[in-house]
Amino acid sequence: MKTNVKLRDCNLFRLVCFIIIPLLFLVFCALQPKSYITGLVITAGIYIVLCASLNLINGFSGMFSMGHAAFMAIGAYLSAFLTLSANVKMNMTPGLPGWLIHAQLPFGVALIIGGLAAALVAVIIGFPVVRTKGHYLSVVTLALIVVVRAVIDNQDKLTSGSRGLKGIPTKSTILTVYIVVIITLFLLYRIVRSDYGRGLVAMRDDPTAAQTLGINLVKKKISCFAISAFFAGVGGGLWAHYLTAISGASFYFTKSFDIVEMSIIGGMFTLSGSILGALFYTVVPEFLAPLENGLRIGGLQLPSMFGLSNIIMALFLIFLIIFRRQGLMGRSELLLDSWFSKDTYLALFRKKDYARLAEGFLNLFRRKKKAES
Amino acid sequence: MTLSYILTILVSGLKLGAIYAIVAIGYSIVYGILRLINFAHGDIMTVGIYIILVLMNRAGLPIYVSILASVAISVFVGLLIERLAYRPLRDATEETTLISSLAVSALLQNILLLCFGAQRQPFMLPGFLTQGHTIGSVNFTNINIITFIITAIFLVALFLLLSKTKIGIAMRACSENMKAARLMGISVNKVVMVAFAIGSGMAVIAGFLLAGEYKTVYPSLGFVPGLKAFCAAVIGGIGSLGGAVAGAFIIGVTEILFAGLMPTSYTAYRDAFVFLLMVVVLLFRPNGLFGSTKGERS
Repeated sequence: MKTNVKLRDCNLFRLVCFIIIPLLFLVFCALQPKSYITGLVITAGIYIVLCASLNLINGFSGMFSMGHAAFMAIGAYLSAFLTLSANVKMNMTPGLPGWLIHAQLPFGVALIIGGLAAALVAVIIGFPVVRTKGHYLSVVTLALIVVVRAVIDNQDKLTSGSRGLKGIPTKSTILTVYIVVIITLFLLYRIVRSDYGRGLVAMRDDPTAAQTLGINLVKKKISCFAISAFFAGVGGGLWAHYLTAISGASFYFTKSFDIVEMSIIGGMFTLSGSILGALFYTVVPEFLAPLENGLRIGGLQLPSMFGLSNIIMALFLIFLIIFRRQGLMGRSELLLDSWFSKDTYLALFRKKDYARLAEGFLNLFRRKKKAES
Repeated sequence: MTLSYILTILVSGLKLGAIYAIVAIGYSIVYGILRLINFAHGDIMTVGIYIILVLMNRAGLPIYVSILASVAISVFVGLLIERLAYRPLRDATEETTLISSLAVSALLQNILLLCFGAQRQPFMLPGFLTQGHTIGSVNFTNINIITFIITAIFLVALFLLLSKTKIGIAMRACSENMKAARLMGISVNKVVMVAFAIGSGMAVIAGFLLAGEYKTVYPSLGFVPGLKAFCAAVIGGIGSLGGAVAGAFIIGVTEILFAGLMPTSYTAYRDAFVFLLMVVVLLFRPNGLFGSTKGERS
């Protein structure tokens, strides 16, 4: 008798918990586009894209970048330029070149071009950046944020300065955002599981050994930086078309730190971790928010305390990093493994999987009994 | 663009450099020993400023007393942070401690936000400190002179501490090779605590001078100057105190010269300029201008 079958290893269980239930939830949200929860779900989706792309570089390649907000800004601004109408651009950003003022492209194309621009910038600055190591690289990428912010705030004619871009069309809906999420995760998952991805991990674990095995470190680092920046740019584009108004302030240190925090909370060594981290980071502050506005417990009215939810999140992060450094998800790629594997879907038609599911449930009860006795 | 104008901005550049130097030394000592970029360093500075403000305005204490009390409290805060957030991570990777320090930074900023609100509060130095003088055609104030004197005192004191006292030599040993230092019977925790105490105390003094410069206080005030001081330490070669001081003066002077001499449409780029300067230096001298070239750093 097999007794080591765990519930989470059953394909059917995975199908129901990780695919069908979330899908139903998304459909439910998509049917109520105006509701508050839908907004949260969209935010979470965008964070998943950003966080997964950050994990590629921070978790897999071993370079610790904190400049994600800069790439987001580039993607956000460029994609917004490409979807705004010519009239609006003439008024807000008359300094743009003519072709950009008159360009108006479909949302998907605008996102990709925004991402490509971010990737291009990443390649250009990649050469100096990858020469630095360890947390010098983190600080140099932070510097990038400052530079991008300064350009955005001061190139009035190009970016409308600190007043920011307004009136960006709302194109980030549940449908578009989650299509991008799925594509991003799929591509990143394939990258991580390819030769290239294994090379990245090798480089992270032992650069010298990786080099000996014929991996070109500089090429690998820059390309990884660029791929990550591409998806950060796409995420920035989604973010711009969700907020509809952006300025340099939306892409400063705090934004970068938020994404780094998510990635640490979820676990930066897997892509599944980024999903968990993004969800955690979007949902938990919502539960803490009532505390900030002055919660009423019984008859007791607590005073409003701004900053409290951030304090709790920061304390949580410190505890997490002391007691569970690998993040909530650890090193398990459970979510993506079940999403992008044929077996999960075929399980519906396989008798053997139903048997396994039953076995898994039985084991669950058996373990409980064992724990009780 | 007269000579006196240039000399005047040079004085304020040197003053800014002196303030950065005090902060950068704090960064550099801690980094030298722990290989930790303490992002919370700038926020300890802000905490100190708020404590001074509260003691001066609400408790009505004289300025010297409030500064000394603030230094004492901030040193305690610094030690507490070290004990709770960094010591458990002694054996962790560089990135892990970096994140811990980011979290501490967010924690401090939000605690200040909770206690004092997000709005800017005025911070006025007492009149006798801002009294101006003119020598030849150069303008400067008492606070400028005091800043230079304080920096000089700190530098001399620190130099004496590091070269003459037992704990100072232990600190240098730890930053050279922590494992070997531990084998020689040096208590690393004690050394780290001293480093944090010195860093935090000096950060408060720097914060006081900086707030006098900005004339206003808000919860995230210290973060960017803190980062700039870190840039200074990197430019000078992190871990080397002389380097940190030199880097700080380079940054302070070039930043003010950049802001004062460039056309006004570029002056808003002054923060970006400082960071770019650091990137450029790192490109050509990965260990900083005065950093040691032995061993793998950068």
